[in-house]
Amino acid sequence: MSRKILIVDDEPNIVMSLEYAFKKKDFEVFIARDGTEALEIASNELPNIILLDIMMPKMDGYETLKQIRKNKDLDGTKVVFLSAKSKLADVEKGMQLGADSYVTKPFSVKKVITDIEHMIA
Amino acid sequence: MNNYALILIIVVYLAFLFFLAYWAEKRHRGRLVNNPYIYVLSLAVYCTAWTYYGSVGIASQSGISFLAIYLGPVIAMPLWIILMRKIIRISKQHKISSIADFISMRYGNNRLLGALVTLTCLLAIIPYISLQLKAVSETFALVSNNGYVTSGVWLDSTFYIALLIAIFVAFFGTQSTDASLGKRGIMATVALESVLKLVFFLAIGIFVVYFMFDGTTDVYLKAASTENFKQLSSFGGLENGFNWMFTIFLSFFAIFLLPRQFHVAVVENQNINHLKKAIWLFPLYLLIFNVFVIFIAWAGNISLPSSVNHDYYSLLLPLQSGNTFLALLVFIGGFSAVISMIVVSTLALSTMVSNNVIIPYGFIKKLVEGNPEENAKSIKNIRRVAIFLLIIIAYFFYILFSNQLSLFSIGLISFVVIAQLAPSFFLGLFWRRGTANAAKVGMVVGLLVVMYTLLLPIVADVISPGSQIADKGLFGYWWLRPSQLFGIDYLTPESNAFLWSMSFNTLAFVGLSLMAKGNYRERNYAEMFVHNENYENLQEGAFVWKGEAYVADIRRLLNRFLGETRTKRALTIFNRKYNISEQEEKADSRLINFSEKLLTGSIGSASAKILLASVSKEKPISLVEVLNILEENKETKATNRLLIEKSEELSQMASKLQLANDELLLQDRQKDEFLDTVAHELKTPITSIKAASEVLEDEEMPPELRQQFLMNISKDTDRLGKLIHNILDLEKLSSNRTELNIRSGKINKTIKKAIQGIERIAEQRKVQVEFNESDYLEGMYDEDRILQVLTNLLSNSLKFTEQEKGIIKILLEEKEQEIAIVVEDNGRGIPGEDHNYIFEKFYQSRNQNTKKPQGSGFGLAICKQIVESHNGSIWADKNVPKGARLVFTIPKTK
Repeated sequence: MSRKILIVDDEPNIVMSLEYAFKKKDFEVFIARDGTEALEIASNELPNIILLDIMMPKMDGYETLKQIRKNKDLDGTKVVFLSAKSKLADVEKGMQLGADSYVTKPFSVKKVITDIEHMIA
Repeated sequence: MNNYALILIIVVYLAFLFFLAYWAEKRHRGRLVNNPYIYVLSLAVYCTAWTYYGSVGIASQSGISFLAIYLGPVIAMPLWIILMRKIIRISKQHKISSIADFISMRYGNNRLLGALVTLTCLLAIIPYISLQLKAVSETFALVSNNGYVTSGVWLDSTFYIALLIAIFVAFFGTQSTDASLGKRGIMATVALESVLKLVFFLAIGIFVVYFMFDGTTDVYLKAASTENFKQLSSFGGLENGFNWMFTIFLSFFAIFLLPRQFHVAVVENQNINHLKKAIWLFPLYLLIFNVFVIFIAWAGNISLPSSVNHDYYSLLLPLQSGNTFLALLVFIGGFSAVISMIVVSTLALSTMVSNNVIIPYGFIKKLVEGNPEENAKSIKNIRRVAIFLLIIIAYFFYILFSNQLSLFSIGLISFVVIAQLAPSFFLGLFWRRGTANAAKVGMVVGLLVVMYTLLLPIVADVISPGSQIADKGLFGYWWLRPSQLFGIDYLTPESNAFLWSMSFNTLAFVGLSLMAKGNYRERNYAEMFVHNENYENLQEGAFVWKGEAYVADIRRLLNRFLGETRTKRALTIFNRKYNISEQEEKADSRLINFSEKLLTGSIGSASAKILLASVSKEKPISLVEVLNILEENKETKATNRLLIEKSEELSQMASKLQLANDELLLQDRQKDEFLDTVAHELKTPITSIKAASEVLEDEEMPPELRQQFLMNISKDTDRLGKLIHNILDLEKLSSNRTELNIRSGKINKTIKKAIQGIERIAEQRKVQVEFNESDYLEGMYDEDRILQVLTNLLSNSLKFTEQEKGIIKILLEEKEQEIAIVVEDNGRGIPGEDHNYIFEKFYQSRNQNTKKPQGSGFGLAICKQIVESHNGSIWADKNVPKGARLVFTIPKTK
């Protein structure tokens, strides 16, 4: 069974690096540029993991997470925030909304992969 | 009529007046005693025997000129009311009891001035009183049918009548030591007498016109046939007009300055609103009084032999027709006019003599040593003696001098003398400069002129008949002839005297006042009189006094005059009013002023001043101090308002501080947010670079992809560098550290340069850029900076318009003061919610996690800073159907 990951970020260069790294680890990678797109793909593909940016156009990451958690189909999906917002208050808010982890930018791609593999093992 | 019967009638009438006065004194609070009609009727004390008899005499000999004396008050009544309001307010405030007190207080309680005013009044009034006595005596003789006037004092009924009047005044006029308190009893009798004299005079008028003759027309027709009728019924020429004018002025002054008028109008005024009734009722009274004068005079000229005394036509006419009863009524009317005049005049004069001459010039030491009962008794006795003396002197004056003079001329002489108070009185009310010395000199000069022009010819005639002075002038100089001074020969002696005495008096008063200023005390009172409305509510606070005094001394002094109980009560009220402790030892200016006022009523202002000076050490105050204190006092009332204003100011200041603090907090938070934003903006390319570098470690990566990653890193590095540059630029601009190189320039050229800068990218994207280069406008701007703004706006438009379809337009609009530059495109446009903050340098506000339109970064924030530092503004137009429309303005070259 293949592992599906959805990367949600509006910065194409960051997405590009993550996409390359996860594909290398045999993940099936989906990409969304904002929250609305992310919800659509998530409900279709039911990914195991969603990497979610917070500062995005249209719908922000917090709001996206709330919508994801309303979807029963996505109960098993782990959500990890990837955000430049590094204040404690931002992290706590993310965790309270039901995120499984919160990674602050700039991050190490290798470490993100290791953590995620642990999470879904 | 029988001599004794007439005496009996007089005694009964006087007894009735005693009873009335006694009754009114008992009910001094009742409405019957305190009403405006009593007040107006008491003003009619103006009409004396002069009006009653003298007018007729004058009318029979020299026509209607008698009217001028009544027209003055009638014409000037409205002005009288206005001035009276002020005078009464001042007098009540300072417990003033006579005109001498009024004038001396205006000039700083000047003792000598008060005495001088008193002297002037005596000079004017004593002969006048004696003339009243003469009228009583002569009319008594006429009615009692003796036909002659008895010569011995002890046989003269007039002497006993005068004594009875003196007793009456002495009894009712000295009920209280405080002379400023009303004499309700006396005023009630004066009012009754005013009614009687009017009614009886009208009665004789009606009798003469309608019973002796057949109505006014009949009198006129018959009188018209007499010799000099034309002269008696016309006004005379222009020269006579001057006489009229001066007489009118004279009577106008008299209505204020005559001691009896001042007394009834000011001292006896119980309510300032009573003046409102006086404004029409008093002139009406005077007019009614004069209706029949001319007809009685004509009737007398027709029916009586010319050898009789014309003054007494109104008595002789009924007597001739055998109507003794009517003659008796006329006699009683005239007698009433006489008594009311004598009573009020002696009352006023005795107060002046005691308070302004006797007490301050001799009795004061004795009073300081005495106890309260003795002092009260002494003060009353001084006044009583003064009353008797005045009447007795008047009586002897009548015996000695009055044979030569008619009622009319003595009346006018009296008016001219009293008019000498006018400059210091009237000018003192409105002119602060007037000084005590000037007032004294003016008065003396005026009196000397009156003596020379008016009294000298009379006296010279009495002492050495045939004297040359009156005809040839002093030392033979024709222009020094007393009655035609400086060669003006058409004025009556009285008008002549009035004109010159007033001129010299006023000149001396004004000139001396301008030459030397008064001392602080004079200036102090001048201020209080002239601007009395400012001090009305201040009372004790208005007088400036500096020095040292002890409460105990002042208390002892007050005890002497008021007695222990009244003193204690007064001081308790004073302490409570100003919230002063009973234990306070030192007296302040308020206590001095308060005490001075308490004593003024009893002993006059000059004596009060002397007394207080004896227990206190007064120090002179400089003009500056006086002015300062007066200013302060004036503002006492306003102090509360000022305090409120101040506290409002403070609370305004506090809220301003609060606002400033909020502003600082906001700025602080904005700074934080700015830093957050900067950090966030920096983190994005760094994350990208770091991620790419890690991925590049993979050796199996295809070369094309590797190339792509390396290129990404390079681009992100550029982005980082640009970001840092922008941050620094923005920071410099917003802290105004950038110096702008502002010059006049052609904006179309600058726009052209900006378009050239983006031309290559526009061509690549096949976006059209439209601008009419010939639009020619000159503005004041830093070209490099405005170029930066234009480039930024154009780059954004390029970014958000579709390839091949995009159109960017640049338009210029000329406004009154500025040029508006519009950059519009047909691209994606700006989402509504973004309009408000695309120009902000912080977007990471608390509840704001969505991003601004991509790529705008700090660009628009920098544009905003640049435009604002040119005093222009920048905004995004919301009302565009498609695309974005950004507008900014710069100042036009003038």
